[in-house]
Amino acid sequence: MVFFAIPFAIVFKISFSYMVPAQPGYAPLLEWFAETQRLVATFNLANYQVLLQDTLYLSTFLYSLKVAAFSTVLCLLLGYPMAYAIARSAPTTRNLFLMLIILPFWTSFLLRVYAWIGLLKTNGVINNTLLSLGIIDQPLVLLYTDFAVYVGIVYSYLPFMILPLYSNLEKHDLTLLEAAADLGARPVKAFFKITLPLSMPGVVAGCLLVFIPAVGEFVIPSLLGRTDQLMIGTVLSAQFFGARNWPVASAVAIALLLLLLLPILLFQRYQQRELEASRR
Amino acid sequence: MAERVVDRQNQYLRIEGVTKRFGDFVAVDNVSLSIFKGEIFCLLGGSGCGKTTLLRMLAGFESPTSGRILIDGQDMAGIPPYERPVNMMFQSYALFPHMTVAANVAFGLEQEGVARPEIERRVSEMLDIVKLGEFAKRKPHQLSGGQRQRVALARALVKKPKLLLLDEPLGALDKKLREHTQFELINLQEQLGVTFVVVTHDQEEAMTLASRIGVMNKGQIVQVGTPTEIYEFPNSRFVADFIGSVNMFEGRLIEDEPGHVRIRCDDLDSTVFVSHGISAAPDAKVFVAIRPEKIEMNRGATAEGENCVGGVVREIAYMGDLSVYLVRLDGGRMVRVTIPNIERHEERIVWEERVVLRWQPSSPVVLTQ
Amino acid sequence: MNDRGWFRNSILGLGLAFLYIPILSMMFFSFNNSRLVTVWDAENSPTLRWYVRLFENEQLLGAAWISIKIAALSASGAAILGTLAGLVLTRFGPFRGRALLSAMTTAPLVMPEVIMGIAMLLLFVALEQMIGWPAGRGLLTITIAHVTFTMAYVTVVVQSRLAGFDDALEEAALDLGAKPATVFFKITLPLIMPAIVSGWLLAFTLSWDDVVISQFVSGPGSSTLPMEIFSRVRRGVSPDINALATIMVLIVATGVVASTIWMKRQERKRLLEEQMARSDTP
Repeated sequence: MVFFAIPFAIVFKISFSYMVPAQPGYAPLLEWFAETQRLVATFNLANYQVLLQDTLYLSTFLYSLKVAAFSTVLCLLLGYPMAYAIARSAPTTRNLFLMLIILPFWTSFLLRVYAWIGLLKTNGVINNTLLSLGIIDQPLVLLYTDFAVYVGIVYSYLPFMILPLYSNLEKHDLTLLEAAADLGARPVKAFFKITLPLSMPGVVAGCLLVFIPAVGEFVIPSLLGRTDQLMIGTVLSAQFFGARNWPVASAVAIALLLLLLLPILLFQRYQQRELEASRR
Repeated sequence: MAERVVDRQNQYLRIEGVTKRFGDFVAVDNVSLSIFKGEIFCLLGGSGCGKTTLLRMLAGFESPTSGRILIDGQDMAGIPPYERPVNMMFQSYALFPHMTVAANVAFGLEQEGVARPEIERRVSEMLDIVKLGEFAKRKPHQLSGGQRQRVALARALVKKPKLLLLDEPLGALDKKLREHTQFELINLQEQLGVTFVVVTHDQEEAMTLASRIGVMNKGQIVQVGTPTEIYEFPNSRFVADFIGSVNMFEGRLIEDEPGHVRIRCDDLDSTVFVSHGISAAPDAKVFVAIRPEKIEMNRGATAEGENCVGGVVREIAYMGDLSVYLVRLDGGRMVRVTIPNIERHEERIVWEERVVLRWQPSSPVVLTQ
Repeated sequence: MNDRGWFRNSILGLGLAFLYIPILSMMFFSFNNSRLVTVWDAENSPTLRWYVRLFENEQLLGAAWISIKIAALSASGAAILGTLAGLVLTRFGPFRGRALLSAMTTAPLVMPEVIMGIAMLLLFVALEQMIGWPAGRGLLTITIAHVTFTMAYVTVVVQSRLAGFDDALEEAALDLGAKPATVFFKITLPLIMPAIVSGWLLAFTLSWDDVVISQFVSGPGSSTLPMEIFSRVRRGVSPDINALATIMVLIVATGVVASTIWMKRQERKRLLEEQMARSDTP
C-alpha cells in the first residue's frame, strides 16, 4: 500500500512543478530561501493549461478514447459468442477450449503484437496471400493504420473479455431457458430476455478490463499504429523520454488517471461483489 | 441401553449469567446453566436463537460480554481455545483435507507434545473404537459422509477432553444413517464417559440423544429438563409449540381448586376439565395445550359432557405408521389428531365424516405464559 | 438445438483461428531462410539458421538472463506480499482503511502501465533525493516496480481461494490445541499453497513480459529481454525475433499443457476416489 499511494502523490506533486533542464527534471514545489528566511511554494498550473490549450493533447485524449471504445465493442462482439459457445459446450471439451483461450495470455504480449507486423505489412502474409489468390492486385495498406491498432488491441485483450464472460455464463441455470421456452419464448427471445440481462455483470467486467488498459495502451500503437495520430500513452512517454518534460508528463498522467477513475472504481465494485458472492 | 452414569452432585460445567452482544444484537441473554459430569446435554432451538454462540463461547472462539464460564471449577475467562480442556466436533467436520485420517486424529496429540509411540498407540486405539482402523491412511475426500463424521468424532475424543462440544453432529447425514449414528454416538459416550454438549435445531435428534435438553429462544434458555419433561410438561407456549405439534386453545379459568381446574375456551363448545391444579389468578387468561396423539376420535353425531367436542374431518394424511386428521370443530377451529394405524384392514374414518373428539382430564397442559 | 450448436462452434473456431494464426505464422516463418521474413524462400527452407544466430547473440541472451532473475525475484516478493494482503483482506473483518487497502491492491490490475511506470519512476527519484536509496536505477528498481504491480494479481488469486475456505478448519486446529502460528503454518498455508503457486507463476509471467514499466524504471545496463525485443521490433520484423518467439511460445505451451494435463489427472483421480468412498459401507 505504501508502495502504491506515495508514487501517486509524487506524480500529483510534480504535475504542478516547473520543468528544469537538469536531473531530476523538475523544480521543487517548496523551496527554502536562506537569504530571505522564507519558505516559498511555487505552484505551476501551466502544465495543466498546456493540456487544455494545446490541441495536440485534446485530440490525443479523444483519439485514445475512441480507439479504446471501438476496440472494446469489437472485443465484446467477438468475445461474447465465444464465451457463450464455451460455456454451453460439453464439460470435457470446455476445459480444452478454456486452455486454448488462456494459453496466448501466458505467452509474451509483445511478441504476439509483433506477430501482427508480419501479417499486416505491405509484403506481409495477408497481402501476399491475397495477391497470389488474385483477389487484389495492389497490396493493401494495413500496417500503421487505425485498423491495425484495433486488431492489435482486440487480439491482445480478447482473453480478458472472454474469461469474465465465461465465468458468468457458466454459472447460469439452464433450466431458466427451459422455463422460458416452456412459457412460450423462442430461443432468440429467451436469449435477449434471460441470458443477456443475467450476463450483464460479466459484460461490464469484461468491457472494463479491456477499455481501461486500452486507453493508456503504449506498445500496440507504437508498433502497429499511425504515426500522425498518437495515443495518449505514446505522448506521455514521448514527453517523458524524448522531451524530458517530467512535469507535463505527470500532468498528462494525472489527467489520464482522472479520466479512468470512474471506470476503475466501477471495476473494483464489481470485483468486490464477485468476491463476496463466492464467499457465500 | 445401559443407564449412563450421571453424577448429579457434580456441576461439571457452570455457566453463570453469560451474555454475548454483537453490537446492538444480544445473541445470548443472561444464560445460567449447570451441566453434570457424564451427561449428554442438548441445546435445542431454531436458527439464530443463540445456541451456536453459546457453544462457541464454551470452546473459546467467542468471549462472553459478561458472565462466567467454569469447567470443572476452573474459570475459562481469557483462556484461548488451544489451552482449554474442551474439544469440538464441527458441523462441517472441518477435517484437514491435506492430511490422512490418522494425521487428522494425531494432530491434537502432537500439539500437546505427546511422544510419537504414544500418539500412534492412542490414534489406532481411537480409530478402532470408531471402527475406522482400516481407513487410517485415507484422505478425508476418500471417505463417505458417515466415515467423515466418525473421524471428526475420533479427532475430538482422542484428546480425552473434559467436555466434548458437538455442533449439529448429525446434520450432514442422510435420514437412515442418522438414526444409526445416533445410537452409536450414545454408546460411545457411555463407553468413554465424556460429558457431551450438543447443539441442534432438530428436536428428534435432541430427544434421542439427550439426557437433558435446554430449549433456547431469542438468546435465553426457556426450559431445561429431560426429553419427557420437555414434551409432556412444557412450561410455555413456545416450548409446547416448538417440540412436536400441539393444539392450543385460549381460555379463561372458571374454576380453580387444588386438585382440578375448569377452563372455558371460546373455540370449544365444552369446558375443559383438567385433573391437576395450576397456579394462576382466578379468571386469568390461560392456554390449554393438547397433543394430537392424546385425542381420541370416534364416529358420532353429538358430543356431550366435558373434554368432548364434535366436528367434521376435513383433511387426512396417511403416513403409514399413523394418520394425521384435521378436524373442523363446529365452532370453526381446526384440530389436529393423530391415530396410530394398528389394524391393517380397519374401516378407517374418512373425509367429511362426523366425529367426536375426547381426551383424558390428565392430558391437557395449562400454560399461563 | 443442433443448427445453433453448429453456429456457435463456427464462431468459436473463427475466434480461435484469430488467436492462433498470428502465432503459428510467426513460428512458421522462423524456419524461413529469407531475410524478407514473410516471403517464403522455398529453395533453402526450412532452416535453423536464425536459431543458431539467436544463440550467438550475447546481448539478447544477457537480457534474457536479467529478465529471468528479475521475474523470479519479483514473483517471490509478490507472492509473499500478495499473500499477506490477501490474508489481511479476507481475515480481519472490517477494519479502518480496509476499503482503501482493497482498492489499492486491485487498482494495478487495470491501471494503464504508463501511469504505473511514471509513478514508480518518480517515487524512486524522490526517494533517491531524500534518503539516497535506491541509488540510480537498474535491476533493483525494476524488481521493486514489478513486485508492486504483480502483487495485485497474487492478492486476487489468494483472496478467491480464501473466500472458499472453511473457517472451521482453522478453528478446529485451535480447538485441538494448536497455537495461532502453528495453525497458520500447518493448516492455512498448505491449503492456500496452490493459489500462491499459481499467483507466483502469474507474477513471473507478467514480470517476464513487461516492457512499459521496465522502460520507465530501468537504468543503463539493465535492459530486460522485452525491452531488447521492443527496441528491435520497432525497427520492423527480424527473422531471429521470430525464432526467439517460437522458442518462448513452445516453452510456455509445453508448460501450460503439461500442468493442465497433470491437474486433470489429479482431478480425475480425486473424483474416482470420492465415488469409491461413497459406495463403501458407512
